[in-house]
Amino acid sequence: MNAVKGIAARLGRDLLVFVVVIALLALAPLFLTRFELGIAVQMLLFALLAVAWNVMGGYAGQFSFGHAAYFGIGAYISAYLVIHGGVSPWVGMLPGAALAALLGLLIGYLSFHYGLKGVFFALVTFAFAEMLHLLTTNLSPLNGSTGLNIPLISGSSWVMIQFPLGSANYYYVILLLLAFSLLVVMLLMRSRPGYFINALREDEEAAAALGIDPLRYKLLASAISAALTALGGAFYAQYLLYINPDLAFGATVSIQILLPAILGGVRTIWGPVVGAFIITLLGQATVALVHTPPPFLSALAGRSGLDVMLYGLVLILIIVLVPQGIFGAIRARARP
Amino acid sequence: MSARGGVWQRSFAVSRKTWLLVGSGCIVLLLLIWAGSGTAWGRASYPVLLQALITGLLLGGVYSLVSMGLTLIFGVLDIINFAHGALMALAMYAAYLLVTFAAFNPYLSLLITVPLLFLLGFVLQRFVINRIMGQPAENQLLLTFGLALLVENALLLIFTGTPKALPAPFAQSSLHLLGAVVDIPRLIAFAGSLLLAGVLYFLLSRTTIGTAVRAVAENAQGAAMVGIDVRTIYALAFGLGTACVGAAGALVAPFLSLDPTVGEQFTIIAFVVVVLGGMGNVAGAFLGGLIIGLLQEIGGAFFPNINKLLIVFLVFVLLLLLRPQGLLGRKA
Repeated sequence: MNAVKGIAARLGRDLLVFVVVIALLALAPLFLTRFELGIAVQMLLFALLAVAWNVMGGYAGQFSFGHAAYFGIGAYISAYLVIHGGVSPWVGMLPGAALAALLGLLIGYLSFHYGLKGVFFALVTFAFAEMLHLLTTNLSPLNGSTGLNIPLISGSSWVMIQFPLGSANYYYVILLLLAFSLLVVMLLMRSRPGYFINALREDEEAAAALGIDPLRYKLLASAISAALTALGGAFYAQYLLYINPDLAFGATVSIQILLPAILGGVRTIWGPVVGAFIITLLGQATVALVHTPPPFLSALAGRSGLDVMLYGLVLILIIVLVPQGIFGAIRARARP
Repeated sequence: MSARGGVWQRSFAVSRKTWLLVGSGCIVLLLLIWAGSGTAWGRASYPVLLQALITGLLLGGVYSLVSMGLTLIFGVLDIINFAHGALMALAMYAAYLLVTFAAFNPYLSLLITVPLLFLLGFVLQRFVINRIMGQPAENQLLLTFGLALLVENALLLIFTGTPKALPAPFAQSSLHLLGAVVDIPRLIAFAGSLLLAGVLYFLLSRTTIGTAVRAVAENAQGAAMVGIDVRTIYALAFGLGTACVGAAGALVAPFLSLDPTVGEQFTIIAFVVVVLGGMGNVAGAFLGGLIIGLLQEIGGAFFPNINKLLIVFLVFVLLLLLRPQGLLGRKA
């Protein structure tokens, strides 16, 4: 009870917003059709990933261009353990998250030790994700480019996170994971380590002069960000009941993870969540457009490429029009 | 990036010492191979190695041209162009159209693809890239990545994902050199790349426009003060960079199978080369291209089970960590 009080005291008004938002989201399945529920699951997954990315790319100021590495590790480890050991994904998530955190520490240690910043850090993270992509494609125990199929069980099971198609339970699982990640991030950023992380981003030399160990707190942010991302990966594999190198480690995965945060606004709690909602709706709109195009575009029906093309266009427009993200733009306007 | 501008060498020249080093390295390598051909192990692996050496060198020439374009864009505009390979794919499809529907000789299609890509780059910089010039490097990375998605998927939409082949003269012909096979199209691509790399180098180092480009790369404010139209130079430099992939695309189209993502590997390899040569260093990119081409093929000959790109990535990470100023770049 004391712990709960401590958390409540620390988060203050943020906690109220958190409880209200999560409660509203928890009620949503009552009003959604099966199809809309699928979209909602996607939204929450992207929100979780963007919230996780924001810890490293936003608060710590280390722009990761290769979060697919952590996502893919989470997905593959959990799927592998389900297939070969019948391990519950709830348990399988943990070694995945731990391994992702370790990789985050390794990449972070190497980069920070050698003083890589900005684009150079982004390129290193990108290279690591691509190397994992190539490795999984070549590894026969992981079925190479064919990928892993998670065997179906009969009936539904909370332990194995398997439910009939279209079940709202998937939605509750990802909502739970999102709520957990939001809490972790909110608590982290309202704690001493969180303040240190902020201080290091603003002015590393000054913060270091005050006795804050830069390496230690940047690594902390990397590890937490990586671990939370891996949770999302584990859920994704379980939701699809399938994973392959492209879905897990592809370069576009890294972009999909960070884009909601950029659009919504980095270094805010709710920016990534709002960004994820908007991006998912945009994605759905383009898919619908390709599926049933208006008459003057009927030649495009069923041709592949248009949806991703529009995605690229949206990406360009976001960077050109709202480079600081939606929350950032609002903040800039409110403070003339 | 601009904050660390002082550290990153933007030289357009490589020191004489570096040339000597690279030259003597090549001679030592050749001597080793020649000496090794006396041993039993050497006799067995000699043809494989020689073949890798030649293939790698020929491919490396193309990498050089592509990377010179990328490093020029970086040196002048401080922008990492993730869409470089996608634009190369665009040039390849342009060559494909010209050859298939206008009965062009594939090498004559250069006359169209180079100006086309130059113009496209010029316009792209003017109307899109220019809007994000001062922004954080990450945003520029995302924008050019979006551009790559746009171009690649537009190609996918138009040409579908089915691989296409370009009907080309000498497609099947090859030379035999010391027991190694030299494909004529690859040889032509190598020679063409070298020639165009020379033209670009001459343009940058000996002409007025080239001097203006170098001045902007060195110090944009200073260049503006002495009356250089920096905005135009930015667009021009981006156009020159994309013209390089316009040429490279047409040169490799005869021996690569075309699909919309064919350029991605070139983007990645060009990144490695650019870092190797020192970011912004055009001559360094030329040497780096040859080195990476050789490394990829010789590494592939030694470790046939490992994806060649994996070796390239490993080198990339090591380089970024240990010598981000590039192997060939001089420390400022």
